[in-house]
Amino acid sequence: MNEILHSSIELSYLVASALFIIGLKKLGSPATARQGNAWAAVGMLVAVVATLLHQGVLNYSMIAVGLAIGSVIGVVMAQQVEMTAMPQMVGLLNGFGGAASALVAGAEFWRVSHLGEPIPLSETITIILGVLIGGITLTGSLLAFVKLQGLISGSPITFPFQQPFNLTLLATFLIGSAWIISEPTNQPVFLSLVGISLVLGVLFVLPIGGADTPVVISLLNSFSGLAASAAGFVLNNNMLIIAGALVGSSGIILTEIMCKAMNRSLTNVLFSAFGSSKTTSGDGKAGAIGDRTLHTIDTEEGAMMLGYAKSVVIVPGYGMAVAQAQHAVRELADQLERLGVEVKYAIHPVAGRMPGHMNVLLAEANVPYPQLYDMDDINPEFDRTDVALVIGANDVVNPAARHNTSSPIYGMPILEVDKAHHTIVIKRGMNAGFSGVENELFYHDKTLMMFGSAKEVVTQLVSAVKEL
Amino acid sequence: MTDALLTGIVVFVLATFIGFEVINKIPPTLHTPLMSGSNAVSGIAVVGALLVAGDNHTNVATFLGLVAVVLAMINVVGGFLVTDRMLQMFKKKEVKA
Repeated sequence: MNEILHSSIELSYLVASALFIIGLKKLGSPATARQGNAWAAVGMLVAVVATLLHQGVLNYSMIAVGLAIGSVIGVVMAQQVEMTAMPQMVGLLNGFGGAASALVAGAEFWRVSHLGEPIPLSETITIILGVLIGGITLTGSLLAFVKLQGLISGSPITFPFQQPFNLTLLATFLIGSAWIISEPTNQPVFLSLVGISLVLGVLFVLPIGGADTPVVISLLNSFSGLAASAAGFVLNNNMLIIAGALVGSSGIILTEIMCKAMNRSLTNVLFSAFGSSKTTSGDGKAGAIGDRTLHTIDTEEGAMMLGYAKSVVIVPGYGMAVAQAQHAVRELADQLERLGVEVKYAIHPVAGRMPGHMNVLLAEANVPYPQLYDMDDINPEFDRTDVALVIGANDVVNPAARHNTSSPIYGMPILEVDKAHHTIVIKRGMNAGFSGVENELFYHDKTLMMFGSAKEVVTQLVSAVKEL
Repeated sequence: MTDALLTGIVVFVLATFIGFEVINKIPPTLHTPLMSGSNAVSGIAVVGALLVAGDNHTNVATFLGLVAVVLAMINVVGGFLVTDRMLQMFKKKEVKA
């Protein structure tokens, strides 16, 4: 009987793993993505139910309460979150996942150290790894969440001797690990290791700021997978190992894609404290010497330019997202199309706070999919575009990336809006972008600025265009 | 090394390669939903949490396990629902197109 039960649990895990793989595969195509998510969710259900059948699982009432509380909180969070807050949401959820893995490793340490039997070396090592990766994932994700949510400054935070301090801490962790391996029941040392892991997570994310935070969330997503795998090694459970490895590799791929879009290496993102005042105060000014006159126009003039253009390319950025202006933007596009203007949207791979962020928002506003253009498809079009309308985007349209070798964003692929006949930029104020770099585009003769919250300005544009 | 550990390492390496292969051809549009979806899958830690929390003797370990069950469930349920919310919008858009 036990034999059969054991086999069916293991086979269910195999089914769940297959469902995860198929689900992830289907998530890769717009037509099947939603289905893919559902497959993965079913896989999770299979895995959970199979685990409940495990003969070691006896305490059902407590578990039911735990499952229920977690599910309710999850449902509420998923329904409450704004579409613009997605990156933070993923970061927060990711932190919980990492915490769960670390707790599993910690609980297992407590259990085996109270058995009074010698603990195998491999078990101690996997427990240490589980606590380390899970702990870093937890505090790192929480800090990234706090930064993106704007609860603390998003800019990089550095302090003197940061690197030596981090290395010392890491060395302390290794010494502590060696101690635990030689004396596996020493609880104070184990708790210190937990503490160091948590501090390391904070120190890991602290010097990373601005546009790089989503890269870190992506990397931490990968970590949370590895943490689950580590927990799998602790418990000798293949389900955890497989699913964790899948997430681990997917997170690394996605992180690489995001780094590539910014033309930076991962090491550069993690260790350069890019965007801190120290590194950019000189560079930012270098590109903007000479003509520093801004040309501003009001919404009526802007509406006329847009309404009588043949082609308009809208370039949305984070400013549109925070102002929740996507519906107003859609309305503006509708009005322009009514006047016979050809409207396209140019989506930079890292516009907003993570890849695809703009697509999600514009999809929410029912913007037709064929109107969205990737950077490589739209860039050759700008020559023939009458007006490029930049809404709350900054670094991704900064021409300095093409020619100013001293600029920190030099080499990053950009949307070449400066090649359009005219460029209208809607912006809240003259603050620098998230990279902390000033944008020379704003000072071009062909560039016209409209200051104000994206939503207000676009709404005014809509009514002005209606009157044309 | 024990057999279980060896099997674990083999499984881990193979699954990593599957992850790379399955995931490396994804249009940018789907990066955010993919991150969110794979994040939900990392909530698989709930399996480990259940195994630890399921012990009949209430002690520190089962308590930690129970907290882990709650946190992992938030990750799982929240993650899949949020991903679905995002993808729902893509669906609408496709019907229109």
